[in-house]
Amino acid sequence: MTTVHLGLQPVLRDPALRGRVLSASLFILAVWGMAHLTEFDLIGLIHAFSDPAPRAFILSFFPPAHSFEFLTLAVVETWRTIAIASCGMFIAGLVGVPIAILLTRVLSLSSIGRIDQGGSFVSTLLKRVLRSLMVFLRSVPELIWALLLVRVVGLGPTAGVLAIAITYSGMLGKVYAEIFESVDRAPVMSLLNQGASRLQAFAFGLLPQCSDELISYTVYRWECAVRSSVILGFVGAGGLGQQMDLSMKMFAGNEVCTLLLMFVLLVALADWTSKTLRRVWE
Amino acid sequence: MNPRLVAVICLIALVMASFASLDLHWLAFFEPDALESMGRFIREFLKPDVKPTFLLKVLAASFETIAMSALSTLIAALLGLMIAFKASGVRPLLNVLRAVPELVWASLLLIAVGLGPFAGTLALALHTTGVLGRLYLEALENQNDGPAFALRAAGASSAQVFFFGRLPQALPQLVSYTVYRWENNIRAAAVLGVVGAGGLGQMLSFHLGLFQMDKAATVIAATLILVALVDSASDIIRRHLG
Repeated sequence: MTTVHLGLQPVLRDPALRGRVLSASLFILAVWGMAHLTEFDLIGLIHAFSDPAPRAFILSFFPPAHSFEFLTLAVVETWRTIAIASCGMFIAGLVGVPIAILLTRVLSLSSIGRIDQGGSFVSTLLKRVLRSLMVFLRSVPELIWALLLVRVVGLGPTAGVLAIAITYSGMLGKVYAEIFESVDRAPVMSLLNQGASRLQAFAFGLLPQCSDELISYTVYRWECAVRSSVILGFVGAGGLGQQMDLSMKMFAGNEVCTLLLMFVLLVALADWTSKTLRRVWE
Repeated sequence: MNPRLVAVICLIALVMASFASLDLHWLAFFEPDALESMGRFIREFLKPDVKPTFLLKVLAASFETIAMSALSTLIAALLGLMIAFKASGVRPLLNVLRAVPELVWASLLLIAVGLGPFAGTLALALHTTGVLGRLYLEALENQNDGPAFALRAAGASSAQVFFFGRLPQALPQLVSYTVYRWENNIRAAAVLGVVGAGGLGQMLSFHLGLFQMDKAATVIAATLILVALVDSASDIIRRHLG
């Protein structure tokens, strides 16, 4: 029997070897390429931290700046960050609600009786235009809006408020419309059929059904807006971020440390507020 | 008193106090200067720079942005795995990494490593390590311990227990978290540059600084296209995974 096996030595090779080697080398090549593109330099990083200037910056983090004037400034800037977010959200809501009403099919007068075929040509067209406008508003990041607006209205909170208002009105418009679409249609339809105006049907047939969800979502978005209004400060849109940027440019590590701590507190506060408020409406 | 009423009054008070305390200059929009410069902005914006040489530069910056996001996600995934394997005690550190936004990390790192995509990549990697580390830890903690105990009882080393008992179970979830974060990181990488951390953002803030609106318009368009591409790509990936 041994002779039979002589010609059929078991082949000790991995049948998937070629694929494995190929994909592994492609992966390494890709990582190498990306490291090259991003100027990745770990040795440079170690050198950087042994340089006197960055080391002094890091060492100056402790103790955090705690003079009375600076703490007052930090608190004022933190409030400005909250205020920028709140004003931005308020305007976004003012813009978002009417747009959502226009987008809601249940409220469309031209589609009475033929809700499943959609409305007239004009209303379909209008909705499509509005919808793409919403997509555009929210797909440009708020930081880019802020960067542009700072050039128009100058440094300060106006640019920040507008940037948040623009981005979030796109988001709110879309989500509000989805919430409006998800409610029970019967009350709205019967109001419309009896000759109620669009606004009446909205206020008495639709809004009571979903006001909780609406407020809860808006409060959640406000929390996100607080986070992003800190970031917007870095391009000059006022608040905590702008102060942080200034302190970094002056290499004042102790101030940066205080502001970072304020930022963490602010995020925790916004988180807590939004959770508490939303519990009220759930 | 009705808690909802109280909450609504608080919200209204918050909004009113906000408007009252901010020095908003709405009128600045309607001053002749601002109107004129806005008009010029928009006119130049509508004529994006599409010269091939400039488009090539934008393309290079787009690749830089993709590379920043991919490499940082890879680093964060590896660090996250290491943390999930051995170092579950670093949870507080993860919270710090996660709490500081990418942009803040980037501007801190710029001081150490100078302008360019390296600072952006490190910033994204730090923040993402915080996020992924926590998600990985949770995914591994919430799974069924049976296989790990069986391997342990059979005398497997802790590395063997991790790689053959724990990791395979959680892998699909970890992969989907990672893809989701990568998607986030591309968006973040596209704007991180405005503080000087490389990619499309750095190009945008450079050209806006020089008031070259036509070039800025091209860069913004490239950012939007990139984000849309990533969105649909990750949609497809997620549909295949799940």
